Amino acid sequence: MELLNTVFIAKAIIVGVVFAITLGVAAYSTYFERKIAAFMQDRIGPDRAGPFGILQPLADAVKMFMKEDFIPANSNKWLFIAGPCLSMLTALMTSAVVPFGDSVTIGGATFDLQGIDVNIGILWVFGIVSLGVYGIMIGGWASNNKFALLGAIRAASQNISYELAMGMAIITILMITGSLSTKEIVEVQQNGHWNIFYQPLGFIIFIICAFAECNRTPFDLPECETELIGGYHTEYSSMKLGFYLFAEYINMFISGAVMATLYFGGYDYPGVEFVTQQFGSNVASFVGVGALIGKSLGFVFVFMWVRWTIPRFRYDQLMNLGWTGLIPLAMYNVVVTGFGILIGKPFMVSIAGLVLLIAALFVYDQLLVKKKIA
Amino acid sequence: MKLSNKTKVLEQGEMTLAERMYLPAIVGGMATTLKHFFSKPVTIRYPEQTRYLGPVYRGQHILKRDEAGAERCTACGLCAVACPAEAISMVAEERKAGEETMYREEKYAKVYEINMLRCIFCGLCEEACPKEAIFLQHDKMVPVFHQRDEVIWGKDKLVEKMDHRYLRDGWK
Repeated sequence: MELLNTVFIAKAIIVGVVFAITLGVAAYSTYFERKIAAFMQDRIGPDRAGPFGILQPLADAVKMFMKEDFIPANSNKWLFIAGPCLSMLTALMTSAVVPFGDSVTIGGATFDLQGIDVNIGILWVFGIVSLGVYGIMIGGWASNNKFALLGAIRAASQNISYELAMGMAIITILMITGSLSTKEIVEVQQNGHWNIFYQPLGFIIFIICAFAECNRTPFDLPECETELIGGYHTEYSSMKLGFYLFAEYINMFISGAVMATLYFGGYDYPGVEFVTQQFGSNVASFVGVGALIGKSLGFVFVFMWVRWTIPRFRYDQLMNLGWTGLIPLAMYNVVVTGFGILIGKPFMVSIAGLVLLIAALFVYDQLLVKKKIA
Repeated sequence: MKLSNKTKVLEQGEMTLAERMYLPAIVGGMATTLKHFFSKPVTIRYPEQTRYLGPVYRGQHILKRDEAGAERCTACGLCAVACPAEAISMVAEERKAGEETMYREEKYAKVYEINMLRCIFCGLCEEACPKEAIFLQHDKMVPVFHQRDEVIWGKDKLVEKMDHRYLRDGWK
């Protein structure tokens, strides 16, 4: 009973801290999004609220809360409210299986710095991400507005399409690790054996799919002023709209954390052994937490960087890329990885596979061009 | 029909492999944005920071005094005639004995008023003035006013202050 209590309290603390970090990062993502956009366009960005404008998220939140919370007369009221709640819920649930750090030992008891270490960790992530579509879909449907519905349909079909390629990209990770548990996936990658070196193609596929899943540019089709007035959240106002936008930023941070976990060694960082010897394993674990969060924030920066660099795809181009580009690539990657595991040299084979792929594409391209001239 | 040799015929061929893969172009674009990320912002935070608008900027009016401190204006009314917006009005008065230090000419403007809502800051008054009395300052703008009675500016606001002489860039 005593042990149960300790574990329960420890888990509660971990969940609370993860929750707080996620919300804080998401809130400040809105600020940094605007700052980064400004810097990339040679501007200054928000700088009025507090020093360097760091109180801007607070000001935005106050503004959101002060706005009229409007529910359209012909909407389905309960579903209308459920939409943003679901979005927020699913966005926050994903972080449960992300291993934020190695175990720490306090007072003789050892705790994993992770919400839950389930043996289906990655499937949990996928399940929750798939559920995330419901938040958008229900919101768009309940609005009783054809444009909102169109936006929701766009979001849903886009997410479903890119989930396939994403799943196949992850299959290669599972083949290497032999486990679905996120903790084990990270432990296999310790001491610099990061999956990015063994799976460069898989990572490219995964990050492109992550962009699509988060509805970020260049795949931000569900939000579109010119075609859809606003998107799936056209009818939303006040904090319900705020929740939708907030969920997007949480998703961005969490998908960064998942990418760091799957491909960039999770909480691994150069010099773990040195820190462990000098300061003990607990400190090393906490530095690891910092490393993971740093990596996640790095990915958040990449998300923003891409957003302020390139324009969006047209919808048919988006579908084309997903179904005829990424899924065959992911299948090819699975075959190459399988071959690598078979002959026992995964690193060599993955690089050879990438080179072979580009060479094959090049030859195909040359043949095609010659045909056109003839 | 070819009118000039400036026409450029744009031929869009098939995209090459690198172009169809998108990724090289995206990486190139990201390099460009990253370059700008570290470059200096061009923003001027306006109310706090102002930029130099040049010596010919037409800002707030001023009625100049001469070197000795006497008002140059002789109330000839040419500025009022030149003014396309009819913003200027004045009342002339003869200079009395003992006022030589106050007014340079024998006639002076007892009242000189500019309606700042009418003024279009064209600078024609400055060009019309034969006595080099009225100028539009290059470094000072008319402040915002909120009340009707702040609109008409009299001599108290227009005449140059002795402790704050106006000197345009380029003047000796």
